[in-house]
Amino acid sequence: MTASAATSEEIEHHTFDVVVIGAGGAGLRAAIEARLQGKRTAIITKSLFGKAHTVMAEGGCAAAMGNVNPNDNWKVHFADTMRGGKFLNNWRMAELHAKEAPDRVWELETYGALFDRTPDGKISQRNFGGHTYPRLAHVGDRTGLELIRTLQQKIVSLQQEDHAATGDYESYIKVFHETTITELFKTDGRISGCFGYFRPTGKFVRFDAPAIVLATGGVGKSYSVTSNSWEYTGDGHALALRAGATLINMEFLQFHPTGMVWPPSVKGILVTESVRGDGGVLRNSEGKRFMFDYIADVFKNLYATTEEEADRWYTDPDNNKRPPELLPRDEVARAINAEVKAGRGSPHGGVYLDVSTRLSPEQILKRLPSMYHQFKELADVDITKEPMEVGPTCHYVMGGIEVDPDTGMSVVPGLFAAGECSGGMHGSNRLGGNSLSDLLVFGRRCGLGAAQYVDGLDARPQVQEADVVTATERALLPFTTAAEGGENPFVVHQELQKTMHELVGIIRKADEMELALKKLEDIAVRARTVSVTGGRAFNPNWHLALDLRNMLLVSMCVAKAALERKESRGGHTRDDYPVMDPEWRKVLLVCSAEGEDNVRLERKEQVPMRPDLLDLFEMDELKKYFTGEELGGHRATAQEGAK
Amino acid sequence: MSSTTDASAGRAQIAERTLRTDRWWFPPLRDAILLVLWVAYATVRAFQQDWYFTADQNYNYLTPFYSPCFSVGCVPEASHFGQFLPDWWFLPYAAITLPFLLLFRLTCYYYRKAYYRAFWLSPPACAVAEPHRTYTGETRFPLIAQNLHRYFFYAAVIISVINTYDVVVAFINKDGSFGLGLGNLILLANVILLWAYTISCHSCRNIVAGRLNHFSKHPLRYKAWTFVSKLNARHMELAWTTLASLAITDFYIMAVSAGWISDLRIVG
Amino acid sequence: MSYWARFRVWRGDSEKGELVDYPVEVNEGEVVLDVVHRLQQTEAPDLAVRWNCKAGKCGSCSMEINGRPRLACMTRMNTFAEDEVVTITPLRTFPVIRDLVTDVSFNYTKAREVPAFAPPPDLKPGEYRMQQVDVERSQEFRKCIECYLCQNTCHVVRDHEENKQHFAGPRYLMRIAELDMHPLDAADRKRAAQEEHGLGFCNITKCCTEVCPENIKITDNALIPLKERVVDRKYDPLIWLGNKIFKRGDVRAAKQ
Repeated sequence: MTASAATSEEIEHHTFDVVVIGAGGAGLRAAIEARLQGKRTAIITKSLFGKAHTVMAEGGCAAAMGNVNPNDNWKVHFADTMRGGKFLNNWRMAELHAKEAPDRVWELETYGALFDRTPDGKISQRNFGGHTYPRLAHVGDRTGLELIRTLQQKIVSLQQEDHAATGDYESYIKVFHETTITELFKTDGRISGCFGYFRPTGKFVRFDAPAIVLATGGVGKSYSVTSNSWEYTGDGHALALRAGATLINMEFLQFHPTGMVWPPSVKGILVTESVRGDGGVLRNSEGKRFMFDYIADVFKNLYATTEEEADRWYTDPDNNKRPPELLPRDEVARAINAEVKAGRGSPHGGVYLDVSTRLSPEQILKRLPSMYHQFKELADVDITKEPMEVGPTCHYVMGGIEVDPDTGMSVVPGLFAAGECSGGMHGSNRLGGNSLSDLLVFGRRCGLGAAQYVDGLDARPQVQEADVVTATERALLPFTTAAEGGENPFVVHQELQKTMHELVGIIRKADEMELALKKLEDIAVRARTVSVTGGRAFNPNWHLALDLRNMLLVSMCVAKAALERKESRGGHTRDDYPVMDPEWRKVLLVCSAEGEDNVRLERKEQVPMRPDLLDLFEMDELKKYFTGEELGGHRATAQEGAK
Repeated sequence: MSSTTDASAGRAQIAERTLRTDRWWFPPLRDAILLVLWVAYATVRAFQQDWYFTADQNYNYLTPFYSPCFSVGCVPEASHFGQFLPDWWFLPYAAITLPFLLLFRLTCYYYRKAYYRAFWLSPPACAVAEPHRTYTGETRFPLIAQNLHRYFFYAAVIISVINTYDVVVAFINKDGSFGLGLGNLILLANVILLWAYTISCHSCRNIVAGRLNHFSKHPLRYKAWTFVSKLNARHMELAWTTLASLAITDFYIMAVSAGWISDLRIVG
Repeated sequence: MSYWARFRVWRGDSEKGELVDYPVEVNEGEVVLDVVHRLQQTEAPDLAVRWNCKAGKCGSCSMEINGRPRLACMTRMNTFAEDEVVTITPLRTFPVIRDLVTDVSFNYTKAREVPAFAPPPDLKPGEYRMQQVDVERSQEFRKCIECYLCQNTCHVVRDHEENKQHFAGPRYLMRIAELDMHPLDAADRKRAAQEEHGLGFCNITKCCTEVCPENIKITDNALIPLKERVVDRKYDPLIWLGNKIFKRGDVRAAKQ
């Protein structure tokens, strides 16, 4: 198939009120809300309906329902979230999130969700790192699956209602499976539609819609070791950038300390934190329990300094300090990284995580059944007898599209974002369990925001035909360059992953990141000329060629922002600036696109937190994060208020 | 033929009716052979009308194939519940109960699987195309009658009670003294297995509590359901074990009754 | 450590297709999906395959490996001998799109035909109270990752295309069972299970259970209990009589 033959093709054309790109938790919740507001809604997904990455979430969905501990409320949840994000969070988002999460979870029950129960029949809640009280609604270790299936079934239920009313299941909600969006259209500065292709046929499709909700998830596929699936190519981030929207906090990536490193097929897949909580210890190739060497000064009086004391903690946590294996995620990830770099790693480039020495096989099977099966089936390792090999894995991006907290709208009118692809909510580090609740709270708000935005329009912006032609040509570019002998996109992709993994990974240095930026420029040139073989029907190398430019743009934002932020905070660790700096707390790094494959970075002042929210914290704690100037001002306001 | 190899519906065009490389044909073949052998043995024994009771010995072993022995042709001591069936050569002495036992097993959810696969080849094994042009399953007569399984289960419970009675009676010798021999142990083991098979029935699981939606409101029935569910997970094993135990029990009693061997006595 | 395996991969579309032989390198610890990816990166860049999580959690990479319906990401290469030819084909019950990718829309159609959860009219969000023992059965069925291996392997539709219209398949009959056992669902689904969704087609030959990667006991815990519930409703004169006499014919009572 040649490009010229294809440009003359008839392009399938749809018109909707709201188009939701992405069918994970956020996208589906947004679509449900838009439909409940009476809007004709399209759901577009790169995979099949119901396969989104949300299924990978295990732990649970944080919501201060107070079912297990009645002391819990939204204020405690809010404070935990801010603390976890090192106070860089958009406080308004964190506030809305903490306040609305319980309603969003209860709502799921009316859709048919079956959470685990407390003895009095309420939704059970479990403890998790960073949460003061048991707070995570869960279903065993498959909460994400329950969430996605419930939302999927709610959409089917709405379609059944529409069928009963109109005779057509798809009169209000239509799902476009295996469809990739490559371009957003704007007319007079407002969103007017989008463009993409059906993966099975390779045929193009165009959607005219005044409101688009991005819910495309994360960017993990820019890294070589990640717990993310192939879909996580930062599509929403890149689409937003190219449409003129901005990204914030892109320097903050969460690396989970324990991912599988062997066999290659599962490299990066998560090994749950509970393994360490239940007594798993980390050792290097010399058999040394190395975490004792990595206890930073601020943690010295909180963690055990000898193996004997650490061992006693498991049975007597009140009178002993916790073992250093349970340091925060970033600390453990850095330590493992350092051991491997020093040549004390395991044969496959990780360290050993051993739970067999402390727990009996029966206890392991009871407490960690899915981990046992994961290692048994995928790695042929019996964790009741042998240690696991683990290493850090790229897990979650805190950064994302800059949005208005209440409506989810970006700086581009008509463009909304929710879930992992939006930014601000989690600050510099996300607490476990806060992502599922994030999806629900802001998915709904985006659906509502989009519906209200559509209602407020006088006239719908019309898609420019010239834009459609340009989008078609860009999508077909990899076939055109095939004649000129470009590179295989898989090769360029691997190069990109390697660059990001090695040079903008867990521990960052100025010179390495400068090198990374140079390499990214080089990769940008190569990515523009990658070529593909075969036709357009379900052709994975064409798909990758198009995804590649998204990953590239996003990687540039990550690298530039990481180079700019000269401090260490949450998911951003600088070897050359190892401490947190209150001056940097006030600063957001905002990324915008310059042309097809370059980005611009600007600083933006953080909006000061509302005084009543600041009052939820002790002054001693605030002093660690805020400048004296900020707090002085707050005290003055508070005193004024008292008068 | 099978749609699997028929490309008209847009399926991948592959001529082979299966690409399985393992010995998928073995389990259905094995099951077919074992079931045929068992049915052959049981048929011969049911119509034999001899060597079903230890008439010449001091103890009372009655084979389950002849229990309850309702025919006027039965040895009087073997008929615990009276005699009223005519003694015709083509009428098994236990003609009242045998059909129910047969139907209980014939409509059993496990045996259905086994014989649909082994005899009907529907399907012979998973992902192996079946040879039939059409398929309606259990949607119409006669197979819709499989839904009557629970009535045969009720009958099987009554018959199991009778079998249990036979086992108890067998501990009392003809002279009224207590007796214990290998035959008693075999009869006892057999009846325990028969109970286990009967209780583990899927219909039983439903009746006990499976049909409830609120286990929490019926704690005792829930407990019973949990127990039945555990047994139910072994329904297949129990189905085969009871076929074996029935055959062994019957054969042992036949051998003792015919005088080929003498019972190993422990007491009396 | 590594060796060269012989792979036979079905390449083609709905018009035509054939098994193509590929020699391909296999490294220690790999699964079939890794080898498919290696083929994409080397000899067959346009080889179509569906996959997502690569950890057996999303149910995308369903295919038939040596004739057995399986997830490619959960099939380890060391389950084959090094000299064994590994044949992989698309699912054979659904129309093929290209290579290893099939059109699974049958399943979405069937999903839409099962009436959704009917929330109790008298309870508001947050007021739901359910006991753990009452939700556990349905929770087992909700482990389903919708890989459609059971739908693919069930001979009712695999061997008889004409039954597709009348038969929901194991996955959606299980969905009916899940809702029927839900402690708060307000709908009655038994009659419809038999009359509209084709429960009677199931002859409980258990292939759905055999291929389920989540080890859900589909036949024993969902399909047979559902059949028994249908018997309660349709074929049991004792229960019918009891309901007549005690006037318990209404839906809620029947569900207790």
